[in-house]
Amino acid sequence: MSAPGRTNLRGSVGYSQNSTPNGGAAPPCQNGPLQTYPPMYPPTGYYGAPPHHQGYPGVSAPGKAPVTNSANYYQSNQQHHVAPSSYSAGPPPQPYATVPSSAPPPPPPHAQYSQQPFQQPPYAPPGSYYAQQPYQVSPAQLHQQPGLVAAPASGPGAPIYPSAPGSGHYGTTRTTTAPEATQMGAPLHHYSAAPPPPTAALHPGYEAAAQMTVNGKGCAAGVQNSSHQHYDQSHPAPRSYNSYSGGGADRPASGTLSASAHSSPGRHQGTPFGFAADSGASSASAAASGPAGALTSSSSDDDDEDEDEEAGGDSSSSSTGSASPVPNNYDSLEGGSYPDSMPPSNDMTNQAQPYSNYGYQGMPPAYQQGPAQPTDAPPSQNLYGPSGYQPYSQPFPSLSQLSAALGGLSGVPELEVEALRPVNLLQERNLLPPRPLEAPEPDISSDLKKVNCSPQTFRCTLTSMPQTQALLNKARLPLGLLLHPFRDLQQLPVITSNTIVRCRSCRTYINPFVTFLDQRRWKCNLCYRVNDVPDEFMYNPVTRSYGEPHKRPEVQNSTVEFIASSDYMLRPPQPAVYLFVLDVSHNAVEAGYLKRFCDSLLENLDKIPGDTRTRVGFLTFDSTVHFYNLTEGLSQPQMLVVSDIDDVFIPSHDSLMVNLKESRELVKELLTSLPAMFSQSRETHSALGPALQAAFKLMSPTGGRVSVFQTQLPTLGAGKLQSREDPNQRSSAKGVQHLGPATDFYKKLALDCSGQQIGVDLFLLSSQYADLASLACIAKYSAGSVFYYPSFHHVHNPAQMEKFRRDLERYLTRKIGFEAVMRIRCTKGLSIHTFHGNFFVRSTDLLSLANVNPDSAFAVQMSIDDSLADSSLACFQAALLYTSSKGKRRIRVHTLCLPVVSQLSDVFAGADVQAITCLLANMAIDRSISCSLSDARDAVVNAAVDFASAYRSSVSNLQQSGLVVPAVMRLFPLYVLALLKQKALRTGTSTRLDERVFAMCEFKTQPLPQLMRMLHPDLYRLDNMSDQGALHLNDAVVPQPRLLHLSAETLSRDGAFLMDCGSVFYLWIGKGCGETFIRDVLGCPSYASVPSNMSHIPELQTPLSERVRAFLDWLQDNRAFSSTFHVVKDDSSAKAAFLQHLVEDRTESASSYHDFLQHVHQQMSK
Amino acid sequence: MAFTFAAFCYMLALLLTAALIFFAIWHIIAFDELKTDYKNPIDQCNTLNPTIEKVKKIKRVKIALKLVLPEYLIHFFFCVMFLCAAEWLTLFLNLPLLAYHVWRYTSRPVMSCPGLYDPTTIMNADILAYCQKEGWCKLAFYLLSFFYYLYGMIYVLVSS
Repeated sequence: MSAPGRTNLRGSVGYSQNSTPNGGAAPPCQNGPLQTYPPMYPPTGYYGAPPHHQGYPGVSAPGKAPVTNSANYYQSNQQHHVAPSSYSAGPPPQPYATVPSSAPPPPPPHAQYSQQPFQQPPYAPPGSYYAQQPYQVSPAQLHQQPGLVAAPASGPGAPIYPSAPGSGHYGTTRTTTAPEATQMGAPLHHYSAAPPPPTAALHPGYEAAAQMTVNGKGCAAGVQNSSHQHYDQSHPAPRSYNSYSGGGADRPASGTLSASAHSSPGRHQGTPFGFAADSGASSASAAASGPAGALTSSSSDDDDEDEDEEAGGDSSSSSTGSASPVPNNYDSLEGGSYPDSMPPSNDMTNQAQPYSNYGYQGMPPAYQQGPAQPTDAPPSQNLYGPSGYQPYSQPFPSLSQLSAALGGLSGVPELEVEALRPVNLLQERNLLPPRPLEAPEPDISSDLKKVNCSPQTFRCTLTSMPQTQALLNKARLPLGLLLHPFRDLQQLPVITSNTIVRCRSCRTYINPFVTFLDQRRWKCNLCYRVNDVPDEFMYNPVTRSYGEPHKRPEVQNSTVEFIASSDYMLRPPQPAVYLFVLDVSHNAVEAGYLKRFCDSLLENLDKIPGDTRTRVGFLTFDSTVHFYNLTEGLSQPQMLVVSDIDDVFIPSHDSLMVNLKESRELVKELLTSLPAMFSQSRETHSALGPALQAAFKLMSPTGGRVSVFQTQLPTLGAGKLQSREDPNQRSSAKGVQHLGPATDFYKKLALDCSGQQIGVDLFLLSSQYADLASLACIAKYSAGSVFYYPSFHHVHNPAQMEKFRRDLERYLTRKIGFEAVMRIRCTKGLSIHTFHGNFFVRSTDLLSLANVNPDSAFAVQMSIDDSLADSSLACFQAALLYTSSKGKRRIRVHTLCLPVVSQLSDVFAGADVQAITCLLANMAIDRSISCSLSDARDAVVNAAVDFASAYRSSVSNLQQSGLVVPAVMRLFPLYVLALLKQKALRTGTSTRLDERVFAMCEFKTQPLPQLMRMLHPDLYRLDNMSDQGALHLNDAVVPQPRLLHLSAETLSRDGAFLMDCGSVFYLWIGKGCGETFIRDVLGCPSYASVPSNMSHIPELQTPLSERVRAFLDWLQDNRAFSSTFHVVKDDSSAKAAFLQHLVEDRTESASSYHDFLQHVHQQMSK
Repeated sequence: MAFTFAAFCYMLALLLTAALIFFAIWHIIAFDELKTDYKNPIDQCNTLNPTIEKVKKIKRVKIALKLVLPEYLIHFFFCVMFLCAAEWLTLFLNLPLLAYHVWRYTSRPVMSCPGLYDPTTIMNADILAYCQKEGWCKLAFYLLSFFYYLYGMIYVLVSS
């Protein structure tokens, strides 16, 4: 979770008192020093931030830590319009109304909100109480807006797609490819090829609900549908929320018994919420350690706040606020004994009873209830507030039994209904949420949610884990994890203790999701073994108290870092060792990267991570290999040339890798003289292979990082390559050859390197084909990274040069871990199927990473071996053991917890469309290398087709004939199409082989947010940004323009549009763009005078310029590598680069979004 | 009762099949070990593939050579023998496996040394499962053909 956003947000709405523990740290930390544990340990954990509560803490509870990013984010969209004491304004009610056009929802009428004062009198009429709930869960609403609108296809403002049926493009039909896929055991089809039988498991109630929304009539609302009806009704009334409970179909205005009886889901939600409030407070206060005296008070404020909230609905609820640390509350936390197979609606029986005891046990049902809200669009019920029903349910526990009985009637929770609301893609066009999608939340109790791992670190494609493989096959969605384990964190509890508590049988690290059976025993959440709590663990360093093992930081945070003892070392921790292998052939000198590299290294020499033991070395090569003796005491660097490239040897063993501290002057001298040394070189050959062998020999005693800079195809010695690319075939639609390596030399060398803990990073700065497919292997299997700068030239291509400079700066200074291994453990019954990323797989769950860097991510495909029926939660733990650049052995542990569900609809409701797309991309790339590109493309299309068919057959009574998908997955076909149009997978468009291969490498290693921006760039209109919904960061105002569809129709001649593609920004200026914008932002008098190669925005003092720059900086803030910037004029030649990202449009070789949908639809009916 | 060339072929095939059965069992055990995490795939592939690394001494290579490629060669060898002996039915029964071996070896990953298994992809669950299944199928096939050869040998000896 990117803390900057959150922090700043909080500042903006006046939380700023809450400075320290939860992210007062403002700037995004790169390589931020990790402080040791006690002072840093935040009261409620950095990650724990379930948006469930955010409504409350939002305004007047400064101490309340867990305000999630997402919530804040959206809330603040409108916040500044509202009086400070009002509830954070959520999105407008309007979107829910069936606005009869598919035009983007109009700017929210804020007036409505501001009329709703936040400080409700505690006994406010229930109506107004409800009224406020929606605001808490805002992201959903925003996302949902377009979806709810059942717009006619030709509604005003709807994009009109070229309707030529160009779908023949998709070639092979699904029926032919699917069997083949299974035969080959190919990853894309690890589910069975048989079409899923229609599921009868769906609740009738749900179906009814679904149908209702489809028809968009707010029809004869059954009990459970009242909220829908409400949408429709509420639209015109400005004070709609007030009227909610009164007007909502049959919910009595007094909001009492009968309400709680039939609308069980709501109450259901409510229960855990109440609990969470308590425990949040309690954990906060318990954890508020020495360092945070102020925190203690703030957290108690928080506590009060929660009580107030509850009291607002019901006076008797204050009892739950006691929040005293109940020693065995972890029993209920992990509760091994809930009946799992119960359908959600029956949970109430359970729930009722614990509730009458005390608040803590109220939560178990939440586990079982599994399904709904982890969607990216937390569904409608949410809107009406998790705590909405709670007040009523609480005092009448016995009623919940009644409701349990009625539960069967009321059907699936409304929550789910929204996530699963069928969306007919052929009719609804405006599917994009106004802001980039947030990760869906697993539907676990808010208490667990709070400690759950950040979605930025650990994300699962299905946030509701299907119980069996059969259920997973029915859903037709890939199951997998996306991991970014070593990402830069701002807050990380670091724990030093003699014994690291782990399960004795499966070696799982103790984590927030274990169960404490009593004071001395805990039960592992992965293998269910009961372990002893060691004595040392009984002492809590935070509170300096004894006997509270469940308050230890390990148990309060799902991401922790341990300082490992010598048990975790095979050898003493290695020093940071860096070797730079530089191509100095004629080609390299021509390209002129050497000067830039030397300058960068000189600038950053002090920032390279390391300690006094840090060692560096240099090695250059053309047709021979040159070593540099930099031993301290020499007057100048000594060059040693080895020309026997068939059997490279190391000329001198101890003087080539030198201590950076001792030989700093010599290193500087070498870097200064190096560019000039080879400026006259006429040597055109490149002996990369021998140079790498030499590097391996040089590094093998210590391990470390080798950075290779290569500018051409290696032509000499071992590992020489031939040009395999046929330029005429670049745009061939038939299939692309040579995606795999030509030789296994680099792979074998990489494996040797990996064995010696050497990571190799490759910088390819080539203007011609350099066979990246073969060369990339050296980085792929040694856990390195690949950088590619096509047509790099220091004069002719300043943009690449600038990118190289920035990347290099980040590369040299970013954090690094050496001799690392990562193990991924998962709950018994789950197993790892395939890994994606750069590493070497050492055993079924162990990755060997010679180097680990904060910018690379991993993907893991999972399979379900045994039924998970006997547990209500599935957990995953990734443990990364590495040596820091300071020579400390550390273990970073991430734990993710997900609910297990048994209903297909729950699985659908929990689908994470972005994660699924990214995993699918990884699988497709594997497939295109192992089989063929066209196979991979077919498989990707089939994934969309299969999913849509699976959904259709699961909803048997669906009336519509169109292409219908659940609302959570409504962007899936769009993403699939975008994937097909990526450089990596596209056909028909001229794509250089190296660029294609590089795009594939990127897909394998980039973290999800970056990948999603590459795949489906964010498009904003900049020239008419309003302050509406803007963020207030520190002293700057960051406007938040709406996301636009990636289609030429959204572009208008008189506008300026920003496209954020992850590593590059395009600012497209229309011909008729307003003079003001051009003058105030670009500093040019007119459109014509805007230079065509402009690559930055001048710092002008105009308000518009400031806002544009604030927005750009804000976008830039969260990413590791800074992005380049291009101004694209409408008539310039660079326009093509911009236009190719408009994935919804038809190109000469690929179909438009509409055609694609037609194609999918046709395939479905086959 | 005469000792014909065909009888000789069957006897030879009988012995060699016994060896192949041993290989198949070895193969199954090796992959099972790999799956249950006792071995590092690099070591695994080095024993399964004939390697010519200097570090691994000739002895090691000899042991390793007894695996994949030798298995294929042995099988090919007695197929040729049956061809020469004009034992058409037996040959016909062996042809599918022969074809499979050819296909398998031609579609192996890019490697500079002989061998089938790539340490970087072998941990993929699909490939692992495939290799295990392959091992079991081969074991079954060799066992059946062992008895068939036994029968064939006796038949040839008795009938002539």
